[in-house]
Amino acid sequence: MELNVVWFILVAVLFIGFFFLEGFDYGVGILLPFLGRDDAERRLVINTIGPVWDGNEVWMITAGGALFAAFPHVYATLFSGFYLALFLLLLALIGRGVAFEFRSKQAAPSWRAAWDTAIFTGSLLPALLWGVAVANLLQGVPIDANMQYTGNFFTLLSPYTLTAGLAFVLVFTYHGAVFISLKVEGEMIGRARSAGLKTGLAAAVACLTLVGLTYVSTDLFRSLPAGAALWGAVASFLVSYWLLRGEKYGLSFTFSGLAIVLTTLAFFAGLFPRLMVSSLNPAWSLTIYNSASSPYTLKLMTIAAAVMVPVVLGYQIWAYWVFRKRLGVKGHLEY
Amino acid sequence: MSELLLSRWQFGITSTYHFFFVPLTLGLSILIAFMEVMYVRTDNELYKKMAKFWGKLFLINFAMGVVTGIVQEFHFGMNWSEYSRFMGDIFGAPLALEALTAFFLESTFLGLWVFGWDKLSRKVHALTICLVAFASNLSAFWILAANSFMQSPTGYAIRNGRAEMTDFMALLTNPYLLYQFPHVLLSGLVTAGVFITAISAWHLLRQSHVDFFRASMKIGLVCTLLASLAVGGSGHLQAQMLAKAQPMKLAAVEALWETSDSAPFSIVAMIDEKNKRNDFALSIPGALTFLVHNSPMGEVKGIKAMEQEYTARYGPADYVPPVPPVFWSFRVMAGAGGLLILLALAGVWLWRAGKLESTPVLLKALLYSLPLPYIANSAGWIVTEIGRQPWIVFGLQRVDQGVSMAVDAASIWISLIGFTLVYGALALVAVSLMRKIAVAGPVDAPADAAGAAGKGATLWN
Repeated sequence: MELNVVWFILVAVLFIGFFFLEGFDYGVGILLPFLGRDDAERRLVINTIGPVWDGNEVWMITAGGALFAAFPHVYATLFSGFYLALFLLLLALIGRGVAFEFRSKQAAPSWRAAWDTAIFTGSLLPALLWGVAVANLLQGVPIDANMQYTGNFFTLLSPYTLTAGLAFVLVFTYHGAVFISLKVEGEMIGRARSAGLKTGLAAAVACLTLVGLTYVSTDLFRSLPAGAALWGAVASFLVSYWLLRGEKYGLSFTFSGLAIVLTTLAFFAGLFPRLMVSSLNPAWSLTIYNSASSPYTLKLMTIAAAVMVPVVLGYQIWAYWVFRKRLGVKGHLEY
Repeated sequence: MSELLLSRWQFGITSTYHFFFVPLTLGLSILIAFMEVMYVRTDNELYKKMAKFWGKLFLINFAMGVVTGIVQEFHFGMNWSEYSRFMGDIFGAPLALEALTAFFLESTFLGLWVFGWDKLSRKVHALTICLVAFASNLSAFWILAANSFMQSPTGYAIRNGRAEMTDFMALLTNPYLLYQFPHVLLSGLVTAGVFITAISAWHLLRQSHVDFFRASMKIGLVCTLLASLAVGGSGHLQAQMLAKAQPMKLAAVEALWETSDSAPFSIVAMIDEKNKRNDFALSIPGALTFLVHNSPMGEVKGIKAMEQEYTARYGPADYVPPVPPVFWSFRVMAGAGGLLILLALAGVWLWRAGKLESTPVLLKALLYSLPLPYIANSAGWIVTEIGRQPWIVFGLQRVDQGVSMAVDAASIWISLIGFTLVYGALALVAVSLMRKIAVAGPVDAPADAAGAAGKGATLWN
């Protein structure tokens, strides 16, 4: 297989890992103010992702690094083009990242409320922005013959892209609710379940709308695998919802994760072999060929990824295994 | 202001801010790993208490390093996209490798360390912090590999209108990297040593938690002394290498305008940048030549000669970096380092004589030396980065050729102001939190947190 294709797949794998893991991570953050009635409960909700959120975020950082190394033109065009959106994303992630650490260091309720707000906003905004970004990449953005983005921040906002943002927020929130139901004990399980059932319904509506709009606004369905994966995602989501109603939390989480994996697959299959679609002229799109690094760098990075990705997966899975026990408000949680 | 100038300000501010937290992460992770390994080996609870207390301060600092680091990674694409296009083939690889080999390791095992005290065996738990320390310093290695290429390119060819990698090993064995990496790693250890020493001094002055801070002080002092001596040595070697790799930077560091066979080392100078001369200089004759060549005779190139050489080689442009900031930053860095060596020497001397705790003057000096490594670290980067101007990649691309074309000034203003304000506010919060924890000393659970929560106090101590 061509190394350009290998790297397209690797970037897709990194984004799949990112959306799967940070998906529930963001969801937990969004649910924080709603599920935790008092301070101890909010601490409990945070602790469901406490040991792992940072490792999850590295999937995004690695995806960024991989784009830089393998497809530098995409990295350059995307990040300079989506400048203000990225700025907002970074602010959200800064606030969220320090909030996990700072929150417990002072007891004043106003202090804790402020950092809880940072966690909530810092989870909601990235979810929304990633949805908007993904929809824009599928739909196409104004890119000229010199690979320069010629739009502005508001070019990125349309009914289609905003629907995608909303759908991402709702699906991630649902995914987070199912995750919490897996990670806690006692009364909180039921509360997470009912939060999941409420947001899940809204998410299903948003997803179906999004699929419809994707049909109208993009050429994703011209690719059979992409179309199949997208419908598969919707089906997985509904199965997950049905399993959550039946209180089968583990399986429900598996299927909500599968829905996210399939959506990401659909997105990349729909793009292939492009990475950024130009809405001005299809010939100006950035593809895995015209935006790639040299064969030497691609080869080097392929070897590195082939060695490192399984190792990383191994110890991250081990970390989840170490923290597999359910958490309760009365338990001792080191922080 | 132009997009170029705004982007330069933004990069300067965000990287200085990022590097304000990084050295402590690099050094303190190693010292905490040392403490916990000692705990496993000696079974002495004091070491565990030390690892936990310094670990708390480490975590706040680490969080700041992480969130400011994300900005750095995206920055190249956001503000310097033409640089990313030109250099991505080479520069992207170490960045991706940093994420693959270091960030994943660091963040996953830090989570295990923080939350795993009662879930992992003692040995495995000690291993987690060792891996964090390893990964932090490994990530510094990758970043410096990328930075070293910008300072002194190796293992590349210009093809397809960009720099392409031809030899990865040349990237990793870049002489610039081999001198810069130890210098940065050791600076991290100095920063951590001083950090521990200063906080310990504060408590010893007040006779609080004496056993705990006496033991910490020893570790801090020994680390500061050894690392600051070594950092001076590695800095000296780096300067000698600079004479070959970036003679213009070295000349700017010394404000040496004319090429000389017996170049003086100026301690202070009044620099007249416009007329390219020094109005006054207090200098040691021949000392620079001696430092560079290890002998009293040998040529050190001056700024004017380098300017002519670069103009002939690269075409007409302004190749002289801003001399005064480079000149003075170097002196601030070396001065702060020298002061730390003296302080650490005095500290170790008095400690061996059993008089450290009865010498409040020195304890106070150690306490107030806390800013010195931070000043030295920042000044060091000013020398490195401003001394490289006008190049973004030495000899290959100028800074003005690397800036993003798709980004307008308004956007950069928004992000510049946004980042600066948020960073400033967070720095205040982080420093005040660290101060609070440092002053409280090693307590088992903060009483106020338990009181406000009412129940479940064990959740977050």
